[in-house]
Amino acid sequence: MTRSLLPYILVAQRLGIAFVTLIIVSFAVFFATAMLPGDVAEILLGQAATPEAVAGLREAMGLNEPALSRFVHWLLGLAQGDMGTSYVNNMEVAELIGGRLLNSLRLAGVVTLVSVPVALTLGICAAMWRGSIFDRLVSLLTISVVSVPEFMVATLAVLVFAVWLGWLPALSYGVELDSWSAMLRAYAMPVISLSLVVSAQMIRMSRAAVIETINTPYVEMALLKGASLSRMVLRHALPNALGPIANAVALSLSYLVGGVIIVETIFNYPGVAKLMVDAVSTRDLPLIQSCAMIFCVSYLSLITLADLIAILSNPRLR
Amino acid sequence: MTKTPTNWTSRDDAAVEHMIRRGASRRELLKMLMASGVAVAAGGTLLSHATAAVAATPTTGGTLKAAGWSSSTADTLDPAKATLSTDYVRCCAYYNRLTFLGGDGNVQMELADSIESDDAQTWTIKLKPGVQFHDGKTLSADDVVYSMNRHLDPAVGSKANSLAKQMAEISKVDDLTVKIVLAEPNADLPTILSLHHFMIVADGTTDFTTANGTGAFKSEVFEPGVRSIGVRNDNYFKPQGAYLDSFEFFAIPDNNARVNALLSGDIQLAAAVNPRSLRMVEGNDAVRTSISTAGNYTNLNIRLDVAPGEQMDFVEGMKSLINREAIQKSVLRGLAEIGNDQPVSSANRYHNPNLAPRDFDPEKAKFHFEKAGLLGVEIPMVASDAAGSSVDMATVVQQAGAEIGMNLTVDRVPSDGYWSNYWLKSPVHFGNINPRPTPDILFSLLYASDAPWNESHYKSEKFDKMMIEARGALDEEKRTAMYWEMQEMVANEAGTIIPAYISNVDAVTSKLGGLEANPLGGMMGYAFAEYVWLDA
Repeated sequence: MTRSLLPYILVAQRLGIAFVTLIIVSFAVFFATAMLPGDVAEILLGQAATPEAVAGLREAMGLNEPALSRFVHWLLGLAQGDMGTSYVNNMEVAELIGGRLLNSLRLAGVVTLVSVPVALTLGICAAMWRGSIFDRLVSLLTISVVSVPEFMVATLAVLVFAVWLGWLPALSYGVELDSWSAMLRAYAMPVISLSLVVSAQMIRMSRAAVIETINTPYVEMALLKGASLSRMVLRHALPNALGPIANAVALSLSYLVGGVIIVETIFNYPGVAKLMVDAVSTRDLPLIQSCAMIFCVSYLSLITLADLIAILSNPRLR
Repeated sequence: MTKTPTNWTSRDDAAVEHMIRRGASRRELLKMLMASGVAVAAGGTLLSHATAAVAATPTTGGTLKAAGWSSSTADTLDPAKATLSTDYVRCCAYYNRLTFLGGDGNVQMELADSIESDDAQTWTIKLKPGVQFHDGKTLSADDVVYSMNRHLDPAVGSKANSLAKQMAEISKVDDLTVKIVLAEPNADLPTILSLHHFMIVADGTTDFTTANGTGAFKSEVFEPGVRSIGVRNDNYFKPQGAYLDSFEFFAIPDNNARVNALLSGDIQLAAAVNPRSLRMVEGNDAVRTSISTAGNYTNLNIRLDVAPGEQMDFVEGMKSLINREAIQKSVLRGLAEIGNDQPVSSANRYHNPNLAPRDFDPEKAKFHFEKAGLLGVEIPMVASDAAGSSVDMATVVQQAGAEIGMNLTVDRVPSDGYWSNYWLKSPVHFGNINPRPTPDILFSLLYASDAPWNESHYKSEKFDKMMIEARGALDEEKRTAMYWEMQEMVANEAGTIIPAYISNVDAVTSKLGGLEANPLGGMMGYAFAEYVWLDA
């Protein structure tokens, strides 16, 4: 009986740890923000920040309350589902984030759909035919892609496909998305640039994980029993490699929500990464905190999901 | 175009066009071209090319997509809070000011019919009748009084609070007349009212999620940090309304991405293009540049109240050590006018043309440094990307110093926090000042003894007295003479070295017509939307 409960206990533990991490991150972000020079009133007034103007605006914005108590208020509000109001433009944070989070998720989703199947196929095949020309070619390509910074890939792609050839629009947002082909054209370049960056890591990790299991005695046994190469890898080796692969995929994908600032900038795509940068540069505490929470939640859920897959795919834990 | 010289680029086209707009005669232009080695016959062709651009006939209709360089969640439709170019562009399209500055730097009336005063202290403003806001309300004196009073309310967070402070009384005389009484006489009020912050909003407006102004466009979409779309206001009070049906404005912060978007035809106007990418623009017939020098500058400040600047010999030495021509030619790639250490640029009608920039004279600099006993002493110059081009400028100065045995070092610090931590504080540091429309604003902001941003901590009673006197002088001739003398005082006595006034370069599609230079800044003083058209 206790044995069958084990996975549930493990899962509950993971979820509990994720929640505690979230709280710790939110405090860390708060203290980091508090250490930045200048506050939102000074930044809003910019070159017009005379002492009396700053004092007046602080008073009007309710910034005279100590930062810690404003933060605790925000945290309590969040517990009830209220992300607060932006200091800078008085809009609801939820409203500011909403559309842009959707944009980010849409981009991340498309990139995931494109990159994960391609990366896993390439990684597993490379492991299957280890040492072959195919394996070496894949390794060479992944290493080159990892070494080239994404702003270079993105800028070159724009120069070639938008400026010289004129096939694709240089911007991904603001173009009319009235048909499927228009949407494909608009998404093509950001998706390709991002896919290149995230797949390289996944290919190398999945290749390594599969090779490691192939080297174990039980897989060798399967081979001796006469199983074909594909059966040996897919039926016998892969289930045991699933845990590490899931972790590698989660780590790569977690980058897609908060870390795509360069691609967002070059293709003028309004996602949450750019929003976070805006928030930090204007010291807009509720917005910074909310963005940080979103990045943290997306990261944690991916990692937790990978852990769950590892736990559930492991018969010893099931 | 067989007679076009081979090295002729669209930048030269723009320069010629710029001169024509400034009122240069054909003879003057040919003289300029001859001086640069262009044959007379070819010169004639080039001129007709540029004049054609100036005299083109407008066409109506179409949608313009324009990209600025910065935009954030702090974007606003509230003119009082306007900060960035994107805000100014929106404000100019959706609202109107009482006055505005024309391309020649002179004040013209917009919502006001007349602005008059006998003593430069009590001003009577008559409004144009029958002007309507987008919601149908008719413009009246109440709207003007409300709009002006907002700047005095600290809760609004107005960027123009210090300029508005001088308005001691703002009152309605009748429906179309407003009286403004200033604390002290100031003959510049009509110019001050042409600033973007003094756009007129409807009485009682507190919600700025949309813009209810009198402007040539109505706000249709406004997403802070993302984009704005305006559609033509068919009920506009000027007989010639906007040419465009609509315009969309957003920001592409990355310079290369902005230029690429223009080259690929996704946008029609790319604001503030980095001189580095000009070659890409110049090699392409489908795009051209529009250059304006409004008076933005990056300057080297030496505080006169601490070492080493408390010795005037150090300041004198630095003024001779700075190679203005090298800065103009190599750091700013020719897209600048050489400055003469005072903040009033040639775009301003009070600029003193007789004040020559100091010569680059390392020997003289060495003499002064030796006299101050500072030769060989390590002196750091604080530079940062926050003050545009300052790191490159510092390097030019450093190298010139090294040749005469002066040990100047470049202390490069991060952009974030530069203005609060280093600017005005370090003994030798760089600053960057945006264009201001009047000498009085520049002087009272930067050089008066009690100026909030007295960059070199310059103090002169005579200067303070002259500033107040010139401010209230309605006699233009007397005023100009005083401003000229004050520019000389700043150039010779203050510790601010202004090597060049930086030009702004906007790149636009060749189909865009009507874009002119304006002393309030690039993109036609940010007001392009109302005046430009797209050829079919």
